[in-house]
Amino acid sequence: MSQESHGHGHHELSFWERYVFSVDHKVIGLQYLITSFLFLLFGFGLMMLMRWQLAFPGQPIPFFGHLFSPELAPNGVMSGEFYNSLGAMHGTIMVFLGVVPLGVGAYGNYLLPLQIGAPDMAFPRMNMMSYWLYLPGGILMLSSFLMPGGAAQSGWTSYPPLSIINPGQTVWLLSMVILITSSLLGSINFLVTSINMRAPGMTLGRLPAFCWAQIVTAVLLLLAFPPLEAASVLQLMDRVFHTSFYMPAGLVILGKTYAGSGGGQPLLWQHLFWFLAHPEVYVLVLPPMGIVSEIIANNTRKPLHGYKTLVGSMVAIGIMSFLVWAHHMFLSGMSPVLGNFFLVTTMIISVPSVAILTCLIFSLKGGSIRYNVPMLFALAFLPLFGIGGLTGLPLGLTVTDIYLHDTYYVIGHFHFVVVTGSIIALMGGVYYWFPKWYGRKMNDTLGLIHFWGSVVSMFGIFFPMLIMGLAGASRRLYDPTAQLHNLIVQPLNVVSTCFAYSLALFQLPFIYNFFHSMWAGEKTEENPWQATTLEWACPSPPPHGNFVKTPRVYRGPYEYTPHGRKADFWPQHEAN
Amino acid sequence: MTTIAIENPDTHSGISNAKLGVWLFLASEVMLFATLFTTYIVLRMGSATWPWGWDALNVPLGTLNTVILISSSVTIVMAYARAHAKDLGGFRLWMMTTILLSFAFLVVKGFEYYGEFSKGIWPSTSVFYATYFTMTGLHGIHILCGIVVNVGLLIMSFNKESWEHPLFLGRVEGAGLYWHFVDVVWIFLFPALYLL
Repeated sequence: MSQESHGHGHHELSFWERYVFSVDHKVIGLQYLITSFLFLLFGFGLMMLMRWQLAFPGQPIPFFGHLFSPELAPNGVMSGEFYNSLGAMHGTIMVFLGVVPLGVGAYGNYLLPLQIGAPDMAFPRMNMMSYWLYLPGGILMLSSFLMPGGAAQSGWTSYPPLSIINPGQTVWLLSMVILITSSLLGSINFLVTSINMRAPGMTLGRLPAFCWAQIVTAVLLLLAFPPLEAASVLQLMDRVFHTSFYMPAGLVILGKTYAGSGGGQPLLWQHLFWFLAHPEVYVLVLPPMGIVSEIIANNTRKPLHGYKTLVGSMVAIGIMSFLVWAHHMFLSGMSPVLGNFFLVTTMIISVPSVAILTCLIFSLKGGSIRYNVPMLFALAFLPLFGIGGLTGLPLGLTVTDIYLHDTYYVIGHFHFVVVTGSIIALMGGVYYWFPKWYGRKMNDTLGLIHFWGSVVSMFGIFFPMLIMGLAGASRRLYDPTAQLHNLIVQPLNVVSTCFAYSLALFQLPFIYNFFHSMWAGEKTEENPWQATTLEWACPSPPPHGNFVKTPRVYRGPYEYTPHGRKADFWPQHEAN
Repeated sequence: MTTIAIENPDTHSGISNAKLGVWLFLASEVMLFATLFTTYIVLRMGSATWPWGWDALNVPLGTLNTVILISSSVTIVMAYARAHAKDLGGFRLWMMTTILLSFAFLVVKGFEYYGEFSKGIWPSTSVFYATYFTMTGLHGIHILCGIVVNVGLLIMSFNKESWEHPLFLGRVEGAGLYWHFVDVVWIFLFPALYLL
């Protein structure tokens, strides 16, 4: 209990210990929150530049065009190499520096110990180290824009042999190794915390769905990331020590035979990469699903429909996600037998995903729904994530994938999953837990503007992509007008770009609302949403050590509107 | 600043946080080396020729290293047993032996690398050597990390407070688990690269 006494006075923590090198999971969670939102904003900025080129190819970028060096953007017109860097870095930043650290690092760190009734993470210093690896890893990744040759240009997937020949990749790989180490430390911490440090009475069956989502996510991170770490080391060897792990013999580049020994296999990287990156998709999606479950149960004022199904589906997704990776590679020339195997596993994994969505939709039935801002985000998640999931099915079937694989349809599909799914939920989570983080509420009007603006803009960005893809527009073109058949759908690119800029505009109320409410928001009590889970049982914001007295848990997480009680909620920690 | 969690032996699973953490870490390490072994298998299956270990590598030195590493696994268990028996001198002796053996492993490995480099063999020479240098190199880094941990424990044992700390034994156990893992990896690496 020494830490608690530290917090309460023996020794005042200095500014550095309190806000910068803090070992408190809540401070680390907020550090992750702010940092990952900044990375998201940066990655979104890259995309806005790309969207200009896609809508108005060959025209100088307004305002910013002349800020770039002549190699990147001669006369303000984006060069092909620069476009490739932007694409590669957009994907990398959004996935590895934005959404995952936000869903896991920020929400998981802040809420998991609170929801299980623990005073902190199991290894607070390791937790701090995880953040302090993430930040330098991220900065290193961004710094690659300033290196000679520019940033990585081979897509976020970094397929060899391109990635071995192109400049910029070495920094990408080094940064990935650092980021993976950071996420490993985090996932070990999450698992030990949730296995060992639950409050008395907090059985596994009483864990909130959010905790289960974090646990499954942590397992995925723990077991899926090391293969990418190893694969990255091999690619680093190829680039730095000129080995040929991924370089086949007799490769001819620009008329010259590749100097290495050859004998390697480019497809090996694809397998190793997707062995991580498919579970990674569920890392992107499970924590937001957890957030949505919490918000929906709270705002329908009734127990979550099918809690056991929901949790079981999450676990099933976790296991199955290791068996579907090669559905990203149907067009790599794999044997049809293998293709069929991955087709079947892909169809199987859609079952628990649909089960989760169904549970959440059924939870709405018969509830007296409170339409507050977080609830709107959670409700928007359901159909929009649904579109993302359903548009994935044609990609999982080998026959239709042949046509769709290289088109904008794929981009549309996974952005529906990750943006209108994950990011919508993650934004809703900010409104829901803000009172816990800062003891104040965010402004509702600004929240509504942010919500409607964002949802409409997001839909406007990504829906045209599905149509373009079905029309056969390739997703790999720097200048879409280079192919005649794209000209028919080129106006949709303009639509999509306009909505991208309006999405940027609608983030302004959110940013203002966040920082303004931090200091000047309306003050709230401990449990403003009248929620049942344990994080609402401690003061807002919770002090160092979280709970004044270790809580005892008496019942499941979603006892809303119980029989024979006056209040319409029955917190987990209240004996009667 | 110590933490609340570690001081609280009353955990849900009955296993201490540190030990559970080490096991989970080892699970991720298994995935790391499994990937490397997969790479080895895939590359070997896809190659028309693959050198035989006896022709390409120094098998006697490799065998010596296997003996050294297995012995060090025994000595670290002895160190743990001595720490369990609260025998400070015995612990230091066995821990010191473990550290010396692990240094010996690295020195022998260094001689092996030196022999190959002086023959003009580099990781870029062929896919076989690329695999050999990368896998043994990563294993070597793991040995180095183990040495750092073990030296750290040895230094801690000179501080009365840390030696008598209730968690000290758990730390030795964690280091031992890790060390055994590094040993097991070598037991797979050695035949895969040198003998098969």
